[in-house]
Amino acid sequence: MKVRVDYDRCTGHQACAIAAPQVFGADDYGNATVLIEGEIPAELEESARRAQANCPEHAIHIDES
Amino acid sequence: MTATPPVESWATDYDIFDPGFVRDPYPVYDELRETCPIAHSDRWGGSYLPTRYEDVVAIAHDVDAFSSREILVTPSPTAAYGETAAVKAPPISSDPPEHHWARRLILPVFAPGAVAKYEEGTRQLCHSLIDRFIHTGRADAAADYAQQIPVRVIASMLGVGTERADEFTSWVRGVLEAGLTDPEVRLAARTNIINFFTEQIADRRANPRPDDLITELLHAEVDGQPVPDHHIIGTCNLMLVAGVDTTWSAIGASLWHLAGHPDDQQRLRDEPDLWPTAIEELLRAYAPVTMARIVDHDTEVAGCPMHADERVLMAFPAANRDPEVFDRPDEVILDRTHNRHVAFGSGIHRCAGSNLARLELRVALQTWLERVPEFELEDPDAVTWAGGQVRGPRHCPVVFTAPEFPTVPEKEHP
Repeated sequence: MKVRVDYDRCTGHQACAIAAPQVFGADDYGNATVLIEGEIPAELEESARRAQANCPEHAIHIDES
Repeated sequence: MTATPPVESWATDYDIFDPGFVRDPYPVYDELRETCPIAHSDRWGGSYLPTRYEDVVAIAHDVDAFSSREILVTPSPTAAYGETAAVKAPPISSDPPEHHWARRLILPVFAPGAVAKYEEGTRQLCHSLIDRFIHTGRADAAADYAQQIPVRVIASMLGVGTERADEFTSWVRGVLEAGLTDPEVRLAARTNIINFFTEQIADRRANPRPDDLITELLHAEVDGQPVPDHHIIGTCNLMLVAGVDTTWSAIGASLWHLAGHPDDQQRLRDEPDLWPTAIEELLRAYAPVTMARIVDHDTEVAGCPMHADERVLMAFPAANRDPEVFDRPDEVILDRTHNRHVAFGSGIHRCAGSNLARLELRVALQTWLERVPEFELEDPDAVTWAGGQVRGPRHCPVVFTAPEFPTVPEKEHP
């Protein structure tokens, strides 16, 4: 699994970082950042899916592999 | 408040200041969502009231058709503003392109890492408030506690001292509560706020100080130019007005909920891992804020024609209870895992202070539950609510068994 943030949509709700603090963080303006570039460890996959399900702007994309 | 005739039909004649609606708006929102998802009323200058999540979010995202040039739920007495007419509340009152630089100016101080430094001070403040009532076995969770917290956090952030906190609170209520239906109250509160920040700016120019938000704004540049004073005053105005009533309402409504749900009190005491989802769930269920937009040009949303210059009341609290988006929307489910709530709005005007608000809400509830044993409403009928723009309890008397040895934290607190 890989994750990415659509910055045309993200407005910095931080819902992703709350749901998956090991996968998503914040930049200096409070917009989402991806903390794990590349493959998401299996034990964090569920939290990453929760992050996607909680983003009010539908800005989190998950590529299942 | 001016007496107004009773509501004949909520779909065509709603009144957001109706006392029953202020006390409990959710049955009305539910009925409108089913029967007339975008209601209209001629009251208070004329407005539309979307209640479905999908419509509220669509309107929030269409910043061309729906302007933020006015964001209060009733018309502003702008004709009386005189020489302060340029003072607004950027960036919440800004449309693009001004919105973008005005928002970038303030976002860094509200980023998650930046607000973390207010946690310890907020916790100490909460303890000192609890110290005043813990031995009595009763408290007004709204007036003695919730109301006292955000105003002091914002005052320290702005660097204006907390001594005048009660005055700040009365100005904020003058804008967001009584002033919504009484232009004279609103004008007086606005004048007080503008005069206060005008003096604060002059004082910092005469006596520079190392670091507070006002000083930072004075030193900021946009495209190589200093930020005009009316803009700085407007942004300070926003921080004060948007940072106080809103967060205190969320804290108060959450304590009101917990007072009626001892099972949820117990879960939060027993399961600290619940806090992240619990905070989001309480924000969803008791979203305090309804913002307004102005229809910029005649348009249509979900088949409903909307006429230029009327208001749209962005009923985020209604969107957050939409059963199309949320399972069992009227239940507070502390471990809700799918929660795309819009308590902080949606799109480019997402509440800039949301990370600070969350921190204050969490610390206020955690500290309360740490110190106050199981509590309940003293008398459900004694609870009073404010509503319109910001909904939350203004009096919420609770009772509990006063602990024989009130838990005092290891660290000293004032």
